[in-house]
Amino acid sequence: MTVLQIVALALVAAGAPAVVAARDPLRQALMASFYGLLLGVLFFTFAAPDVALSSIVIGSVALPTIILLALAKIGDKDS
Amino acid sequence: MSAGGGAPQRREGEISFATRRRLFLVSGVVLAALMVWALGGMPGFGDYHGIYGLLLNRVAVPEEHATNVITAVNFDYRGFDTLGEEFILFAAVLGLALILRERRDEEEGPPDDDATGRQVSGASVAVRLITVALVGPTVVLAVYIIGHGAITPGGGFQGGVIAATALLLVYLGGEYVALRRLRPLPLVEITKATGAAAFVLIGVGGLIFGAAFLENFLPKGTPGDVFSAGTMQPLSVAVGLEITGGFVLILSEFLDQTLVLRRRRGARSQ
Amino acid sequence: MSFAPYAVAIWIFLVGLYGVVTSHHLVHLVICLSVVQSSTYLLLLGIGYRTNGAASIFVDIPLNTKAVDPVVKALTLTDVVVGATVTALLLALAVQAQKRFGTVDPDELDPLRD
Repeated sequence: MTVLQIVALALVAAGAPAVVAARDPLRQALMASFYGLLLGVLFFTFAAPDVALSSIVIGSVALPTIILLALAKIGDKDS
Repeated sequence: MSAGGGAPQRREGEISFATRRRLFLVSGVVLAALMVWALGGMPGFGDYHGIYGLLLNRVAVPEEHATNVITAVNFDYRGFDTLGEEFILFAAVLGLALILRERRDEEEGPPDDDATGRQVSGASVAVRLITVALVGPTVVLAVYIIGHGAITPGGGFQGGVIAATALLLVYLGGEYVALRRLRPLPLVEITKATGAAAFVLIGVGGLIFGAAFLENFLPKGTPGDVFSAGTMQPLSVAVGLEITGGFVLILSEFLDQTLVLRRRRGARSQ
Repeated sequence: MSFAPYAVAIWIFLVGLYGVVTSHHLVHLVICLSVVQSSTYLLLLGIGYRTNGAASIFVDIPLNTKAVDPVVKALTLTDVVVGATVTALLLALAVQAQKRFGTVDPDELDPLRD
């Protein structure tokens, strides 16, 4: 395995607990987005560029958006 | 944050938080051991024995005139699976729209973004400038990735999400009112349904031409050209349409929740 | 060393599962669920990899270069996008739970209450 793959694997292995440990959902949304980027890098080192593209697009755009929108609705229901 | 202190009111027979966590740690270790045992019996990383993959790599380009074998797998060799995935997406978006529909104790008010006291178009000039400037290139990028799916990495799935991003940019620029005009709900739903239907129809077209369902029946050009690879292009476009429609629908449902639906005066939400 | 990707996949699976089990907020739970899903992508791609193989796209490399398995990549690719949609559905459920029950704490949601 190349050094790049090992580094990417280590980053992802460290990123997953970071996502789980962020209890505040707002912070977790950003962590999840960054995790999607890390996954994209990992997929890239596995010679899978379109999966990487998929992961990057979803993780940086679609996922944080729906999480933040859901949080906006949940947050201001204390009326 | 209660670290192992238990839920405030514990009902009869319910496990406390600390017990639950201890239980998980024990069973987690067992599960990990089982998984390690299972995956230990597999060939090591990089040591690949699958025949199907090797065959595909060798055969796909001459047969399909498509240089992106992955797209060939998605839209031709395993096009039926892609159809199934499409309908998962369709059903999920349908379920979401159903759950977040306007209920009898809510009403649709004006798009007044005063849920938290903000104005609707309160974005700063810099943000608006950048987002508006980026909408055009994003759409072009989306079309490029969808269209070239058969040649270079990409295809309908990624391109569809990118196209939905373009609409999201319009919202971020603060033009919620413009967004509502740009994505009238019937149009979005029609887009999504058209994408799903087109996929099936092209497959049926294969049937009509005397071949199997979803078989690649359009003429194929030389590999490397944009319009080679037969049915994969239209299928890619169909998938892109459906995904764009799906994501925009999701976004607009959530946005409607925060900005438009208000509790009817005097009614309780139960 | 060649077991490393599988080990990382198992690790991510368990970490995400721990997050689901010990969650206090429905949105946090849904995100941890997506972390669990990502472990399966890693596993799939790890299976299909060939050492020093190139990506299965033959635009500018000769046809008989060693390439990685295209089938698992195709599966993972659609899975990533569709998985995000299912996550959106779960978040809609969370929003609805907040509206109906006034709380998003899984411990307080009683399944038998109306």
